[in-house]
This record gives sequence, structure tokens and C-alpha cells, in this order.
Amino acid sequence: MKELVIVSGKGGTGKTSISAALAFLSSQKVLIDCDVDAANLHLVSGAIIRETHEFKAGFEPNVDENKCTSCGQCTDLCRFGAITAGVITTPLNCEGCGVCAFNCPEHAISMLEKQAGHWFLADTHLGQLIYAELGLSVENSGKLVSKVRQEGKKIAKAKKFPLMITDGPPGIGCPAIAALSGASLALAVVEPSLSSIHDLKRLVDLVAHFKIPLAVCINKSTLHRENTREIIAWCHSKAIPIMGQLPYSDAFRIAVQSGKTVLEMEDAAVIEEMTKLWHNLAKRLEVSITESNIGFFRKKLNIFQ
Amino acid sequence: MKIAITSYGEDCHAAIDSRFGRADYFLIYDQDKEAWESLPNTQNLEAAHGAGIQAGQAIAKTGASVLITGHVGPKAFKVLEAGKIAMYSIGDMSGSVEDALAAFLEGKLAVIDVPGAMNHGK
Amino acid sequence: MLISIASGKGGTGKTTLALLLASIHSDITLIDCDVEEPNCHLFLKPEWQDQGQEVAVMIPQINIELCNGCETCSTVCLFNAIAISGGAALLFNELCHSCGGCILACQQGAITEAKKLIGTITTGTSPIFPTIQFLSGSLDIGTPSAVPLIKAIKEKVSHLAGDILLDCPPGTSCSMVTAVKDSDFCILVTEPTPFGKHDLELAMNITHLLNIPTGVVINKSDENIGDESIESLCHIRQIPVLAKIPHSFSFAKEYAAGFIPDEFQAVAATIWSQLNAKGSEGI
Repeated sequence: MKELVIVSGKGGTGKTSISAALAFLSSQKVLIDCDVDAANLHLVSGAIIRETHEFKAGFEPNVDENKCTSCGQCTDLCRFGAITAGVITTPLNCEGCGVCAFNCPEHAISMLEKQAGHWFLADTHLGQLIYAELGLSVENSGKLVSKVRQEGKKIAKAKKFPLMITDGPPGIGCPAIAALSGASLALAVVEPSLSSIHDLKRLVDLVAHFKIPLAVCINKSTLHRENTREIIAWCHSKAIPIMGQLPYSDAFRIAVQSGKTVLEMEDAAVIEEMTKLWHNLAKRLEVSITESNIGFFRKKLNIFQ
Repeated sequence: MKIAITSYGEDCHAAIDSRFGRADYFLIYDQDKEAWESLPNTQNLEAAHGAGIQAGQAIAKTGASVLITGHVGPKAFKVLEAGKIAMYSIGDMSGSVEDALAAFLEGKLAVIDVPGAMNHGK
Repeated sequence: MLISIASGKGGTGKTTLALLLASIHSDITLIDCDVEEPNCHLFLKPEWQDQGQEVAVMIPQINIELCNGCETCSTVCLFNAIAISGGAALLFNELCHSCGGCILACQQGAITEAKKLIGTITTGTSPIFPTIQFLSGSLDIGTPSAVPLIKAIKEKVSHLAGDILLDCPPGTSCSMVTAVKDSDFCILVTEPTPFGKHDLELAMNITHLLNIPTGVVINKSDENIGDESIESLCHIRQIPVLAKIPHSFSFAKEYAAGFIPDEFQAVAATIWSQLNAKGSEGI
């Protein structure tokens, strides 16, 4: 089973729209949304939740008021400023290290497993989707990303699907690392803005650090042609293949607003480039292309051309 | 010599598990006593992070000098290496724990001398 | 006044708004807290004042000579960052949270602490916008947690008077919370799509939890159904919509090239007047 992970250093470059469109074009795949901070893929795929699972990770302290003598030991030892005068006043500061519990002379503190979020199995018109919701300010996002991937792989294995498409998280931190490690191919979505180019370079370093094959897709390529050329030249110098160039189009925004994929917006240029992107990716991943979906778009394209 | 094998079940007829840190069970074969022992890995299975590290420590603690499994991540590799535990790969072999032991004793398994893909966040 | 600029969704225009607001202020400190992907400097093109201050966290050092392999440290480490193997403790830096638990637990005195670098804070002024004092954090690649670096940046500016703008990381996880925490006011930037709305709601939950007065700016506004749906959410949550920045191709184009267009200065001015009114009310 191949794992395609759509990432971008910078947020808002179009990861989710592109993930949804690629899922539309590929017939045998499982879809997962690894942006557990702010999952969005379910919003454009008509998701109906079939299963809801609790996600537990890490620990949180619980003070037994009857045993606590307010000695202040825990307040002194806590390095995260979560405890004031023996009371856990700022739970958002707590990282769950357990130093307070292990060092309480009265054994008044116990560490309880923390409810850290939920993950869902949903049916969508793009196929089965696994996505998750992290609890507020929970730090175990990497673990939840791993969980989502694990569940996605289970489905792919059970249904013998050759492909898993991952809508990845932004950034280069823990969740991005968790979404990328061991993937078959990372597709970086970049737009021709200085911010996005800057973030791409950091992302490329990260991907190289974990030795994952990388390809680039330029979104909104017509927004700034000079920057687009710069991206192409830079990728060329780094031997990073460019799998597609999608033009700037209002179709992306309208698609999101109507809860559909951009392919259903009848923008001929976008459909053509997206189909090319999918062809290139499928070839690179050695996944077979189902003609039914592509054929549908060919017909559609003929109407426009 | 003690030999540890990752497994889906608690006896030697169970299928081998190619995962290390998140294997369901570790089965330990004691060559001198010709006896099997099983060690559930439940705790690490659900660990927020560092499952491989803790699994490595668990194996080191059993006194095993050989581990037979599928993939060993870089962190677990470091732990096992420090414990002087030789790692052998089942490769693409499937079958029972007993089969894997037999293959090892016949010298058919390859040594794992570099860590596999990292599963960060697990 | 410490004003944080955040959003659940990435790419909604946090940096744009931060730069717009900073560019028309007469004396302001702008801080780029999006340390995973800092971008403000691309627009300010600052002259850096120094090499930058390196930020480190303390991580344990195990003295193998003194370690007796007793497992106490690995038992108390709830992050599973320590394993005992081959008779001694082995530490995995990338899992360590620097809580100091192992040091307290070790009876052999075998664990001490040493610094590990995680990122840099640089300070500078922009020749283009001389009224902006600029600070930017940059996380070393491969470092899993941005939290200690964000904390260090906030510590560094905690004594500053006057107005401070914080460009925060996206999302609602620990990095965003660390950046937003303790600010006097939080501006959530959103876009009028279901994605924007969904993620705005998550971000609102955070500022509510942190008890921070909040306002919303709708970027890429289309004066249509998208706006209405954001406005109705704000109405229900009793959070004011401070301003709308219209969707503009020319703005996006200039921004892509690394300029802060002066197209929406008037919008920025109305946001400041609302912020100042809140400031004088003592928000």
C-alpha cells in the first residue's frame, strides 16, 4: 500500500482542496485527515460519521484534597507554572510530567489518563475517511496523527486498497513529522508567494531529514508568474520533481463554499491540470489509474474545449 | 540463551508480529530449559510515545540475547544495541512463532544491522 | 497592550493583518511567534541587530559511571524518554520535556542537566517601516516542540511597554495556546468559507478558555453568504467583527511578491480605533 501525504509548510495553500480532488480522481483509496488541530476534509466530502472513538494520551494530575497538607512541595518542583500554592491552577500549563505526583510526601496526587480528543470513521462521497479532533490545547497531536494513520492503514489493508491519501498538517513540527515519517511520497503544495516559498524550503529540509521522497505541486501558479518561475528553477536545482501547476481560480473558494471538490466546479483549466497532477502522481506511486473517473472528466473537458 | 520473538498471541503457535514497539506479545524461548514464556506488551501498545524505547527495555530486562521481529525503529535499535541484543529480521516470512524460531536456528534469518523507518509520534 | 493575532486555519491572513496593523502604528513592537514557519521578516526585510539569541532547553545528562541501572528514572519518566539497557540509562532527547523528574528520582546522583539548543530569537528594525521594532523566532528543523521557544520570546518582551503585536502559529494546539496566553486582546483572522468558520470556532473555544477578550476580522470577504455565516457565528458567541478585508486579487498579488500593499490602510485604522477604545475601557 502506498501512502501519499499532502503537506505544505505554510497553511492555506490548498492542501485540503487538492487532497479532496485527488481522492475524487482515484477510485481505490482510503482518505485520512492528519490536520488534527483543525480538520477540514470532512467539510467538503459530505461526511457521515459511522464510528466515534475516544482518544486518550498523556496524563493529568488529580489532587486528593483530604490528603493534601498544602506543604508547597509540588509548587516548587513544577517547572511549567501549573501549580500555585498546592493547587493545579493553570491546567493549560501542565505537560503531564508527574513530578508533582512522584514527589508528593503525602501521596495526595495521582496521575490520570487524559482524554485528549476523538477520532472518527466517516463515509463520504469520496470514500471512507478517518479524521480526528484534538481536545483544546492538547499537546499529543503527533500521537493522534499516528493513530489516524494507523486506522487508515487498517482499512486500506482490509479492503486491499493500493493507496492512502493523507491531508497533512501545516508546519514542520511534531504533527508534520508524525504525518510524514515512513510515507511513500510527500507532495508539497506551494503557492508563488514569498512566504510559501520560504516555508517550502524549510519543509524540504525536514523531509530530507526523514529521507522521504518529495514532489511539488504549485497552486495558484498564475498569481505571480515570476515567483512561479523561481519555484520551478529552485526545484529543478534541488532535483525535486514538479507534478503539477494549478492556475489561480475562484473555483477553489466556490467549491469549498458549496461543500464540493474543485473538479465539480467546471473550470476547464483547473480540471485539466488537476487530472495531469493525478496522472503524474499515480505514475510515480505506481498506482493504476481508473479510467472511469478520468473518462468522465475527459468528456467534460471536451464540452469546454 | 534466551530468544525473544514478537507475536500476535501468547503461545508459540501464534502468528509472528512484524511490529516491535507495538507488537501484541513478546514470546521468550529459553534454550537451556526448552521452555516458552510470554510477555504481553499492552502497556506499550497504547503508549503516547516511546513505545519502541519501552519495548526495548522490556526485552533487555528478560535477559534475552536475540530478538526476532520485522522492523526495529531507530530509538528501539539504540536500546537493543546498548543491551547487546542481536536483532534478526523475519523478512517477508509469515507463519507461527515456532516457524520463526526454527528458521533462526537454521540460520535462515538476516541480521538487522541498521534501524528501519522511524515512526515519530508513536 | 499585548495583542495576539491568531486563527484556527492556516493561511487566512494572520501575517497580513499583523503587518497591516503594525505598518500604520507610530511606535510598535511586532513579534513573529510562528516559529515553525516565520514569515514577517520576508516583508519587513529587517536589518538584524545581532547574530540572534540562541534558546536552549535543559535536558538530562546521564553519568554512566554512577548509573546502576536501577530503572527509577525510566519509571518516573511519563514521556518514555529513558530506557534501561545494558545496565545503564539511555536518554532520548526528542521525547524529553525537561521536567526534571528523573533528576529528582535518581538516588545515585547520576543525572545532571545540560543545555540543548532549539532555536533562535533575532531582533531588528526595518528600513521600510522604521517605527516597527521587530522580533522573530525560528525553530531549529527537526525540533518537535515549539513551546519552549515561544515561551522564551514572550519572556523577552514581558517587560516592554507600549503596543505589542504577536503573529501567532496556526491551529489550536499547545504552540498556539502558548503564544495567545496572557495577551490583552486576541484578534482571530478568518476567511468566509466553511473551513474558515469551522476552525474559527475552535480558536474561539481557546480564547474563551483562556478568558481573553476576542474580536474577529474577516479576510478575503465576499460580502455574501460566506460572510453571513461567519457573522452569525460571531453573533451567537457574542464576539465583535472588528473589520472585513475585501477579497482582492491585486492585494494577493502584491502580497505574494513580498509587499504590504497600502490598499487596506483605512481598514487597519478602524481596527486600531476599536482596539484603543477597548484599551481605554481597560478590557
